[in-house]
Amino acid sequence: MHDTPDDFGSRQAAYIKGAKDALTIPALILGSTYMGFGALVSETGLQVWHALISTAVNWAVPGQIATMELYAINASLFVIAAAVALINCRLMPMTIVLMPFIRNKTTPKIVYYFMSNFIAVTGWAAAMKQCPKLPEEQRLPYFTGFVVPLWSVCMFATYIGYHLPGLLPVEVTMGLVFLNPVYFMLVFLADFTQPGRPTALILGAILGPLTFLFTPNWSLLITGLIAGTIAFLISECKLRKAQS
Amino acid sequence: MSELDSFLNSDFMAPMAALGVAAAVTYFWRGLGVAVSGKMDKDSAVFRWVTCVAYALLAGLIARMILLPIGPLAELGLGQRAGATIISLAVFFLTRKNLLAGVTAGATALVLMAKLGPL
Repeated sequence: MHDTPDDFGSRQAAYIKGAKDALTIPALILGSTYMGFGALVSETGLQVWHALISTAVNWAVPGQIATMELYAINASLFVIAAAVALINCRLMPMTIVLMPFIRNKTTPKIVYYFMSNFIAVTGWAAAMKQCPKLPEEQRLPYFTGFVVPLWSVCMFATYIGYHLPGLLPVEVTMGLVFLNPVYFMLVFLADFTQPGRPTALILGAILGPLTFLFTPNWSLLITGLIAGTIAFLISECKLRKAQS
Repeated sequence: MSELDSFLNSDFMAPMAALGVAAAVTYFWRGLGVAVSGKMDKDSAVFRWVTCVAYALLAGLIARMILLPIGPLAELGLGQRAGATIISLAVFFLTRKNLLAGVTAGATALVLMAKLGPL
């Protein structure tokens, strides 16, 4: 993966390269995770449509699992909204950070408002790695080529997984759900060398579980703000030292 | 109960409210991200700060999902999840950062430990 080309030649080629990158390990792992999600929904007694709608319009594993778990214990709509909002608040900084690397001057803004629905960890990490190296007009095609097929695989896997319980032992469902955080962890470890990121990742990984013990709902927001700000201050100090 | 009431409380519609609010709050963050990004300079300190916050949030979420999960994994002991994570990390580094090998090893270890009890 060292000598990635900085130019795929055309927008079409960028779509195809995105799809090729997505339809290997990412699709295999996220597909397995979504089979686990489908199985989970069917165990809570909901219909296959609910599982599919969730994957269609709320694509991001942690929020989807929380929604189903909270619904299963009869939580109020307000509790569900608040919990999912706090789990998914990461999507805002993620979107802000990704946008400059997929934006171009000719694409109308509405396209980005639509495409932002597909911003989730896997596609985000892939685009953050590849898009900055590409010519501007190939960036959005690469991202789109990556996430749309990946999302389609997730829809299909949700459907399959829904019909699996009874066929699959519960331990295997657990294994499928476990794939997701472990995969994310390794994706970020593989990308560890980028300046400034290790500090934010390490501090976040420590603070995340710690704050969760005290305040499960606010844990992520607190983690992001505190660990992120400390990592930012450290990297700014280094930057200033390097400049002086 | 009126027909509308029974439709709204049907097995299909009742969970739709939960899915609807979940989708709305989720899209709120993504849409807000697009709106805010238009007003932010990529080379500014604020942008660098947001980048750090994004990575910290992601790491916090991933660590929490592994160590203190909600959902089906919560039934397992912390030792089992931590053990499977360590096996996954070991295989990942031993195979020169092979993602597939690391992830497969971790998930397989978890399934085995869930079936047979902790090692």
